[in-house]
Amino acid sequence: MAKSSATKDAQALLHSLRSAYASTPTNLKIIDIYVLFAIFTAVIQVGYMAIVGSFPFNSFLSGVLSCVGTAVLAVCLRIQVNKENKEFKDLPPERAYADFVLCNLVLHLVIMNFLG
Amino acid sequence: MVAKMEKATDLLSSPQSLFSLKSLKLKTKQQELLIRISILCLVYILAFITRLFSVLRYESMIHEFDPYFNYRTTLYLTQKGFYEFWNWFDSESWYPLGRIIGGTLYPGLMVTAAFIYWVLRFLRFAVHIREVCVLTAPFFASNTTLVAYFFGKELWDSGAGLVAAALIAICPGYISRSVAGSYDNEAVAIFALLLTFYLFVKAVKGGSLAWSLASAFGYFYMVSAWGGYIFIINLIPLYVLVLLVTGRYSMRLYVAYNCMYILGMLLAMQIRFVGFQHVQSGEHMAAMGVFFLMQVFYFLDWVKHLLNDQKLFQAFLRITLTCAISVGAIALGVGTASGYISPWTGRFYSLLDPTYAKDHIPIIASVSEHQPTAWSSFMFDFHILLILFPAGLYFCFKRLSDATIFIVMYGLTSMYFAGVMVRLILVATPAVCLISAIAVSATIKNLSQLVRTKTKPTQGGSGKGTTSAKTSSKGALDQSLPYQKNGAIALLVGAFYLLTRYAIHCTWVTSEAYSSPSIVLAARGAHGNRVIFDDYREAYFWLRQNTPSDAKVMSWWDYGYQITAMGNRTVIVDNNTWNNTHIATVGRAMSSYEDEAYEIMRSLDVDYVLVVFGGVTGYSSDDINKFLWMVRIGGGVFPVIKEPDYLVNGEYRVDKGAAPKMLNCLMYKLSYYRFGELTTEYGKPPGYDRARGVEIGNKDIKLEYLEEAYTTSNWIVRIYKVKPPKNRW
Repeated sequence: MAKSSATKDAQALLHSLRSAYASTPTNLKIIDIYVLFAIFTAVIQVGYMAIVGSFPFNSFLSGVLSCVGTAVLAVCLRIQVNKENKEFKDLPPERAYADFVLCNLVLHLVIMNFLG
Repeated sequence: MVAKMEKATDLLSSPQSLFSLKSLKLKTKQQELLIRISILCLVYILAFITRLFSVLRYESMIHEFDPYFNYRTTLYLTQKGFYEFWNWFDSESWYPLGRIIGGTLYPGLMVTAAFIYWVLRFLRFAVHIREVCVLTAPFFASNTTLVAYFFGKELWDSGAGLVAAALIAICPGYISRSVAGSYDNEAVAIFALLLTFYLFVKAVKGGSLAWSLASAFGYFYMVSAWGGYIFIINLIPLYVLVLLVTGRYSMRLYVAYNCMYILGMLLAMQIRFVGFQHVQSGEHMAAMGVFFLMQVFYFLDWVKHLLNDQKLFQAFLRITLTCAISVGAIALGVGTASGYISPWTGRFYSLLDPTYAKDHIPIIASVSEHQPTAWSSFMFDFHILLILFPAGLYFCFKRLSDATIFIVMYGLTSMYFAGVMVRLILVATPAVCLISAIAVSATIKNLSQLVRTKTKPTQGGSGKGTTSAKTSSKGALDQSLPYQKNGAIALLVGAFYLLTRYAIHCTWVTSEAYSSPSIVLAARGAHGNRVIFDDYREAYFWLRQNTPSDAKVMSWWDYGYQITAMGNRTVIVDNNTWNNTHIATVGRAMSSYEDEAYEIMRSLDVDYVLVVFGGVTGYSSDDINKFLWMVRIGGGVFPVIKEPDYLVNGEYRVDKGAAPKMLNCLMYKLSYYRFGELTTEYGKPPGYDRARGVEIGNKDIKLEYLEEAYTTSNWIVRIYKVKPPKNRW
């Protein structure tokens, strides 16, 4: 009884989440996929580390941090270009995108240096 | 210098009242800008020249102990290039272990100085690297004033920024570590610290990735320069946490913190000395925890926004929170249990619990700058800022914003740390200056407005208010008081007086207390003339000229850096106190009888022993006064050395009543060898120790295994040669 009500709750939750998410603009959805992909890659790497070991620790770290960094920066970009966020009214999306590219550039240059 | 400071402060509060500019027919706004820039230039120059006392008094040289290591490495860097420097294995220190220099130092300072040197060379200025090193600290202090101006402007207004720049330019708490010649990590680190904070506050204000990236680079520079970066990586998460808890969080905060954390962490990992600490050591875990917390928090916030349904969100919240907390707890538990996350280091513990070092780590407790701060040194280093600080806090609370919350937290935490350790007054200084500047600027603004309301603008509005929040709020409330204008003028004059006192105090402190290089000592002679004791350099020069180039010199660790830098000889231990056992071995040798010490010295290949002795000149920080620490550190590793053996009834003495072990240990013998024949002061018996004011107890010292090699002209440094083993036939 309790179990079925819980699953029903979860179903309702998922359903309403999906319907709420459907109204998101396409450009934000693309960013979301990008973020999900980055997180997924990071998880794979952590899983691989758990199985094989973290021996070249800098390589492992740069791999994971590359993914996490990409994800976080993409979330930042998403926040900045989202029109619902009134805090960023003054920030044109072009500027936000330029900042995003700059940060990614720095991130991956450092990663390349760190990769070993 | 004082006059200039006064002029600068004069101009601050009443920009329009500068009559000389009226003829130029500038608009008020332009006038204001012009005055602001010229004040800033004056402050910039003032910050530089007020730090040059030591160069004028003595000469352009490196001070104290650690700077000599920095100087030596910078020299190496400029001569051999960056790769050689980065891969440098130094066999001249920590004999026989050696030291990997590139992996065990913060290279920021050396690289900065070498860069300045290369730029100057490129511009065809034929400077010597020593001059660059000597002037690096004042130069960065000047730059700090600029950052302080912009920070103050960000926090309050440009007036507060100007006052902050002026205050920090001459604040003794900062000058103590940034006079010319004090070529130490802190010299550039305070600049980097303030820059990082400024950029971070700016990033939080605008929510811009670019500012956040800049702050990450500021953090990188700080990490490369000084171990105090720990403060940043803990303060910023704390600030974020406070904003989250008080409900002042915003999307801008998310952007600023996450970008800064990820990029700053990655950049910091490029410094080999820091390496993986950001993901492995306990001190850095707070930042990581806040990072994950923030992801969860904002994800939940986003889902809540998306769902727009309270009940559903509750269910969702329960599931996610349970998962997140359990995952976090498991990760932390596993990490700590498996030893992956290293526990906190002793220095960190001693910050949180001031009595920790005293009980557990004598080597940290033995350094005088790690002692808890006395009230008098607060007053000495901050003067009126100490009183203005609470007033500034009041103003900050009155106009709360993300930026003022940050400065309040920075001020409060750093004040706590400054109370725990003397040297951390340095970290608190920028915060104290900024907060006090807010108090001064706000008060003066109120008062001068009051003065100006009834009549046309007068010149009475000069000076800056110090009389704190009470007076200003009173002035604002009682609009109808009859003597309001006179009162305001009186308060302004009082404020002006206080600030004058501040400037005079700062100049006096700089000139008297913080400008001595401590490698050349100065004293007043009997006729009031200045006597210079240049014994250290004399001794190191002797070592350089008269000993074999592979000679190993044993001394207490304080002098290690100087011996390698100036004497160019190998030392057993130095100021990079990374190996406690090695230091303890030296401490044990110094506190043993001569024959036992000889065995230890043979095993360490020691050729020369160097001791510092102040009995002739009355120089009190010599080895005899440091001796108890050698005993304690030696005894901490080798229990054969027991502190009570050197004390009589718990009292440390060197005269006839001293403990027999004390009178015959190596350090005593080396310090007082042939001292019994010398009359140091008129009317006193021979062998009168002027540093401790007693006649020594053992005047007939015979050395069996060592022989005196050199004693400097004032006996401050004495060098002994270890004899080769006796011929066995």
